Amino acid sequence: MRIIIVGNGMVGYKFCEKIVAKFGPGKFDIVVYGEEPRPAYDRVHLSEYFSGSTADDLLMAPASWYQENQIKLVTGEMVTEIDAEKKTIQTHKGTTDSYDKLILATGSSPFVPPVPGVDKDGVFVYRTIEDLNDIINYGEKIKKAAVMGGGLLGLEAAKALLDMGLETHVIEFAPRLMPRQLDEAGSSILKSKLESLGIKIHTQKNTSEIAGNGKVTALSYADGSELDIEMLVISAGIRPRDEVAQKSGIEIGPRGGIVVDNYMKTSLNDIFAIGECALHDNMIYGLVAPGYEMAEVVIDQIAGEGTREFTGFDMSTKLKLIGVDVASFGDPFTDPEISHTIVLEDKIKGIYKRINVTRDGKNLLGGILVGEASEYNMLLQMVQNSMVLPPNPEDLILGARGGGEGGALGGVESLPDEAQICSCENISKGDIVKCITEEEITDIGQIKKSTKACTGCGGCTPLVADLLKLTLEAQGKVVKKTLCEHFDYTRQELFDLIKINNIQSYDKLLDKHGKGDGCEICKPAAASMFASIWNEMILKQDTIQDTNDRFLANIQRGGTYSVIPRIPGGEITPDKLIAIGRIAKKYDLYTKITGGQRIDLLGARVEQLPEIWEELVAEGFESGHAYGKALRTVKSCVGSTWCRYGVQDSVTFSLEIENRYKGLRSPHKLKSAVSGCIRECAEAQSKDFGIIATEKGWNLYVCGNGGARPQHAQLLAADIDKETCVKYIDRFLMYYIKTAEPLQRTATWLNKLEGGLDYLKEVVVHDSLGIGEQLEQDMQLLIDKYECEWKKVVESPELRKKFKHFINSDEQDPALKFESSREQKVPVDWNK
Amino acid sequence: MEEIIALKEHMVEEAGNIKTWFKAAAVEDFPENGGACVKYKDLQIAVFNFTRKKEWYACQNLCPHKMQMILSRGMIGTQGEEPKVACPYHKRTFSLKSGECLNAEEHKIATFPVKIEDGYVYIGFSK
Ligand code: SRM
Ligand SMILES: Cc1cc2nc3c(=O)[nH]c(=O)nc-3n(C[C@H](O)[C@H](O)[C@H](O)COP(=O)(O)OP(=O)(O)OC[C@H]3O[C@@H](n4cnc5c(N)ncnc54)[C@H](O)[C@@H]3O)c2cc1C
Ligand code: SF4
Ligand code: FES
Repeated sequence: MRIIIVGNGMVGYKFCEKIVAKFGPGKFDIVVYGEEPRPAYDRVHLSEYFSGSTADDLLMAPASWYQENQIKLVTGEMVTEIDAEKKTIQTHKGTTDSYDKLILATGSSPFVPPVPGVDKDGVFVYRTIEDLNDIINYGEKIKKAAVMGGGLLGLEAAKALLDMGLETHVIEFAPRLMPRQLDEAGSSILKSKLESLGIKIHTQKNTSEIAGNGKVTALSYADGSELDIEMLVISAGIRPRDEVAQKSGIEIGPRGGIVVDNYMKTSLNDIFAIGECALHDNMIYGLVAPGYEMAEVVIDQIAGEGTREFTGFDMSTKLKLIGVDVASFGDPFTDPEISHTIVLEDKIKGIYKRINVTRDGKNLLGGILVGEASEYNMLLQMVQNSMVLPPNPEDLILGARGGGEGGALGGVESLPDEAQICSCENISKGDIVKCITEEEITDIGQIKKSTKACTGCGGCTPLVADLLKLTLEAQGKVVKKTLCEHFDYTRQELFDLIKINNIQSYDKLLDKHGKGDGCEICKPAAASMFASIWNEMILKQDTIQDTNDRFLANIQRGGTYSVIPRIPGGEITPDKLIAIGRIAKKYDLYTKITGGQRIDLLGARVEQLPEIWEELVAEGFESGHAYGKALRTVKSCVGSTWCRYGVQDSVTFSLEIENRYKGLRSPHKLKSAVSGCIRECAEAQSKDFGIIATEKGWNLYVCGNGGARPQHAQLLAADIDKETCVKYIDRFLMYYIKTAEPLQRTATWLNKLEGGLDYLKEVVVHDSLGIGEQLEQDMQLLIDKYECEWKKVVESPELRKKFKHFINSDEQDPALKFESSREQKVPVDWNK
Repeated sequence: MEEIIALKEHMVEEAGNIKTWFKAAAVEDFPENGGACVKYKDLQIAVFNFTRKKEWYACQNLCPHKMQMILSRGMIGTQGEEPKVACPYHKRTFSLKSGECLNAEEHKIATFPVKIEDGYVYIGFSK
């Protein structure tokens, strides 16, 4: 049987994937025609193209995949005619081909409203990689841009424009954003959240003209007002690509779309339509999951089984990428006749949650989450599986009050086996559990490979991870986080083994407790443990260190390194400032003040590092360990010495702290700060450990984090004196160093620590484990062994030899290339 | 200045076709269980000393991901039996036998045979 698929988009590809998964390669003669120049790619994650994903990263499968599975893929060729009598198609290049079954998966194109001026330069749509390339290129030359359309896609596009550094406006015709998913109140919270990100929102604006001479310069609205812009991205809805179908006499809906029945059959024999071009029960589904389900239905038809039907699909969505959590699930609005609605609104925090519950209070019908959507997955499960609600349904969005883990939601364990976990690939809880038990799976990567769960939008990953843990535990397997294929131990176990058996080298560790030859995961993890236990000069074993540690400097784009000398507490004399300036100038380094109150000198060649450091060391500087998983900075504010509000001398204390812990290596980097009063100018509450002065002494906070998931530090002890404060920090840090996973910051460590902050207080403050003194001694050993690594290198000709580009030549790397920006040198962009 | 040849095309130099054995440096110049970069004409070659296994491998120094001249500074190890190097930038890993990328859809890298004679490391080229 010869099957032709018209369109190689997400759904067309999925059809191929599913049919070979079911029948194996070669069972049918399959040919795919795609109009785009490359094989199908992941449109759902298209916006990641802006943040560094390449076109190749986005491919659903490389061209070789089609070959391996004996599918003929023809890209860059559009099907222009179908002859249903003769069962042939023709392409724009004049190729004719014949089929037994024809699948139309032509998707949709962006709807461009007929506003005068849409053909001007600077007006774009947002659907293909080519569109994005055009937007990126045009965007480099301008400052102000707008998106027409405040729906799901429009907001995603707006965030992308904002991230490009453009002044960004969103123009919406309706009185509110995302009118199809959100109610009035939800929209208004979303609006203020987006405004606080810097996006300007204009609702109830009917654009009457796109003005400009050749290229767009402004939008004119029907109400007479205007907005100056230089670029416009239109995201005003989609239009199904039904032109070939229409031309060939296939029935089309009154407002477009290829009409299909529950078996995805069109009005002509042996022709099916799936994905965004198909009109089912007067509905076009603009999401991938229903398209994938449609593909499944057609395969069932082709297999001759023919029982599976498409009967509509849930349109729940969670917005991604826009910097605000937004979700809408089940029926977000509902009729007050059949339901009652529970609403939680916090305008200050910017949170809005609404759930619609049946009149009898038994079932959940749907709802809206704005500002925080962590409950989305579980709530969606409750709707889809008609699960019976707890007695106080409001707990679902308020969180259970009065303690207890997990609130009213329960966890994956409470879901029935039929519960759909991955909606993109339609995989149930039962499927996943079966796969884990039958294939003896122990990590989530294997589940992804076997079932394809988590490979679509990725929204179900947390649920799948929980499910894996639960299933393994139910089998009586200890869920153990072993380091990698070379060590069957957790980090904590290896830490003890190293210490008890007095192991000082990686080779010995591998011989005694590991297998194989190691890898880039266990080597740096072991290196970090050796440093945290023995504090030997790390270049003794330079090849097990991550590059930054191996060269005691951070590698940068283009292959040069950065140099960050320690400037404890951010305090520096004018003479030292001059010295840094002089050295930077001599070696032509780019200089910048870092976010950690010190100075970064960038663009040094590897062979220059020892010379630069020789001069810095001579001026009294030490390594800043910016390259290590080690103590970074202890920021300070001016404190009581100068500040009219200061109650204690924060600068002195921050210097003492930084000098005490400098060089301390740990599972991840450590940051600290000391503020002189409650105004908190040093931002101590965002640090791994932070200290804030009080009238009576100092407050010690722990486990804060900036980064991608910011978390405030929590109060460990209040109004303590300096000595106690240092004692608690010693214990806290050593306890963390001993028990954390590799690359786990203190905040995530605390989140996973059983018993949480209360338990940590018991251990550190009340010494409930009786290890307080031991921890302090372990820390003292490390402090006593501190030496500046760079000083050692500068003084050792043997170590200096390691800093070279070529082993057989003194030449420098000819591949290094620079350009200039604002009077300093910078590396040429590696995307060019 | 001469543009360095990037070696974007995958090739595996088989020991049989070798025309030139380039004497790179003495064995003890190379770090143990690690790599170093060798200059041969306009090429940059990364050479790795698997001291534990008593094996040597060589490949192009250029990482095909972001076109960075860096692989010699990568960490080496094994995946199962396969010897590999991890790029320091984004940890793409490459087999040092086949040149294949082991953890992403990246282009293959070129690999070269290595032999040790009289305490010196030689890299083989077919031209
Ligand atoms: C240089 C600097 C940016 C600047 O120009 O200001 C910087 C630069 C880098 N940061 Fe940072 N971070 C810098 C301050 C910060 C801060 C602000 C602070 O420390 O007060 C934060 C948020 C606070 C925090 O860490 O909680 C910060 C959060 C991160 C993170 C996210 C950590 C997390 O827990 O999520 C990473 C990624 C990582 O470490 O895995 C990161 C990673 C990096 C790396 C190391 C990425 C890399 O591997 O190349 C960058 C190295 C550039 C280099 O070689 O110099 N940087 N980075 C700042 C150096 C401070 C210093 O003097 O040492
Ligand atoms: C930026 C963006 C973000 C999105 N985010 C989400 C999301 O978070 N969740 C979600 O579920 N969905 C999302 N979507 C929607 C999702 O991408 C679509 O539902 C999905 O791509 C539809 O697949 P399809 O195969 O039907 O259509 P398409 O992916 O559009 O593929 C159709 C293909 O057919 C080709 N074609 C058309 N006519 C012909 C012809 N005559 N001959 C040959 N080839 C032809 C087209 O060029 C195209 O390549 C998003 C879309 C965009 C643009
Ligand atoms: S310096 Fe930090 S925030 Fe800036 S690009 Fe690098 S890692 Fe990202
Ligand atoms: S440059 Fe090598 S992995 Fe990115």
